[in-house]
Amino acid sequence: MEISLATFLAAVAAMSAPVILAALGETLTEKAGVVNLSLDGAILLSAMAGFVVATSSASLPLGFAASALTGSLVAAVLAIIGVSLHQSQVAAGFALTFLCRDLAYFLGHPYARQQGPQLTTLPLPGLADLPFIGEVLFSHSLVVYASFLAIPCCLLFLHRSRWGLMLRCAGENPEACWARGIDPNRVRFAAVVAGGALVGLAGGAFSLAVKPGWGQPQGCEGIGWIALALVIFGGWKPLRVALGAYLFAALQLLGIHFQDAFPTVPAQIFQVAPFPLMIFTLILIHASRRRRGRLNRLLAGNAPKWLGRAYRRS
Amino acid sequence: MSSSAPRHHFDSLAQFLLIALLALGAVSLLLLALGISPATIAITLAKGSVLSWQKFGHVLSIFTPLLLASCGLLFTFRAGLWNIGVEGQVVLGAIAATTLLRQGSLGLPPGLVLCLAMLLAFVGGGLWGALAGWLKHRGGVNEIFGGLGLNFVAQGLILWLILGPWKRAGIASMSGTDMFARELWMFTPPGWRVAPAALAIALAALLFSALLLLSTRFGLRVRAVGINPLAARLFAINPARTALAAMILGGGFAGLAGGLQVAAVYHRLLPPISSGYGYLALLVVMLANSRVAPVAPICLLFAALAAGAIQLPIALQLDSALSGVIQGSCVLSALFVHGWRQRLKGAR
Repeated sequence: MEISLATFLAAVAAMSAPVILAALGETLTEKAGVVNLSLDGAILLSAMAGFVVATSSASLPLGFAASALTGSLVAAVLAIIGVSLHQSQVAAGFALTFLCRDLAYFLGHPYARQQGPQLTTLPLPGLADLPFIGEVLFSHSLVVYASFLAIPCCLLFLHRSRWGLMLRCAGENPEACWARGIDPNRVRFAAVVAGGALVGLAGGAFSLAVKPGWGQPQGCEGIGWIALALVIFGGWKPLRVALGAYLFAALQLLGIHFQDAFPTVPAQIFQVAPFPLMIFTLILIHASRRRRGRLNRLLAGNAPKWLGRAYRRS
Repeated sequence: MSSSAPRHHFDSLAQFLLIALLALGAVSLLLLALGISPATIAITLAKGSVLSWQKFGHVLSIFTPLLLASCGLLFTFRAGLWNIGVEGQVVLGAIAATTLLRQGSLGLPPGLVLCLAMLLAFVGGGLWGALAGWLKHRGGVNEIFGGLGLNFVAQGLILWLILGPWKRAGIASMSGTDMFARELWMFTPPGWRVAPAALAIALAALLFSALLLLSTRFGLRVRAVGINPLAARLFAINPARTALAAMILGGGFAGLAGGLQVAAVYHRLLPPISSGYGYLALLVVMLANSRVAPVAPICLLFAALAAGAIQLPIALQLDSALSGVIQGSCVLSALFVHGWRQRLKGAR
């Protein structure tokens, strides 16, 4: 199967959209010093919620709203346990991810394999007719445009706004935050819930646009873990996190094409392969970064100092 | 798990009841909101798990691998390692045991072959655990992501083996490899659902783990490294070596669970050989808060839930994932109750 470069890149942009949304949501959360390990389950649960609401109400905006709300609710549970009650964020995240996955399958059972609404592509007038760029960037669905916009927005919010500064402060040095009259736990709570909304949108993007429909399996299982890995190995920098998401989508697409090229190798291998490949690629990049050098310094990213630690006022 | 968190989820009956009440209350509310009677669910779950000997046999057949994987996780959790790679370690154990069992008995007594296969399963799982430990120590890779990556590799490996080199005579199929020779099936008395030897191995593993963790120097070292690796160094404990030993032992027990699944339950290798018991064991050990004593009762409870839930689609057309919802709610409630009590104590 021969396809043009433009078609391939367009497909990468389309497939990576939910991964970018989820990974940016987690970046916001972790920048505030909280690890939300519930991503994989939260994406699945919000995908289910979005699909069910959109199908029953025949309204896509309502579906996406339900997804975002679900994502926020899951994140709020994590925030109550991990931020307000100072319990282990990792434990709460693990428990939530399994709980949400099973909840999604249980609640979504009656809606499996139903025909549901689906987001159509919306080529931008004028821009979509540009050669090459038009196909790659401007003939997608709203979800993909949202993922394009989310990257600079996230960057500007974190580094050029007062709220972003507060958020980073809560993750780097909550004591200083408190000394300036800002309750770091309140900032963290807000960041976790807002990040959760983005993660929820990622779920909706799956069930209503990228892999439309609901079933067991839905097809987005495992993506949450990839998003989590992207944040860590992307050095908590929105731009690099997004680049990682594009790389992962490219790997997945290449897998599909290799499937046709090597008919003797079972197709299932190519479906699984991108996941370990991605994680170990990220590990390699991470490991090579330890060496010094200008390029490496450019790539280096440090974890927020108080990541994963509860803040208790002394 | 932070060192400041006290480890006494079950320090009082009141706390235990509070956790159960909160978890069951939350799930009941959800069911009521869906128009399903929680009582009907409870009766269906009980009927499918403990109300007949045959069904209870099924509970035991889930209990066995779950207990083994949980024992393994006790080592890693107490050493402060989030060994999410346990799922891959179960799979590798199953693969290692299959390499031997699919050859037939090779002229040796079947009992000996089975013992060797279980040994291989332990080694296979242990090596996979060691790999995650090595990645953490040498590569600086967080064990959560190293383990996760290795889980995906294990999944790819088992698919490749079943669809490639070990494919069923004639046609490759997702339903697994060919059955092993009949004499290599672990003995299961008629009417039983679980091989007595498998159950005995799991209980022995629990005893062994309890002894090793609670009353040997090694167990104390593991604990010390888990609570404070820097302080452990002052007592001439090598944190890296102790953590690696915990990963190997933990992986070994998980591998044994996988080995028993092929030798005693399925008598062949199939893609979902671990049935997610590795991940379920993570919930068990979290709920037990890494303590040894509550592990067996929690395993039994979770196994009963999992076995009972199989009746849900048959009797009530509901998805069996409800058991996972209950199990997850238990862990979250425990964290919540625990945090709440700490807060009350702090306020006083």
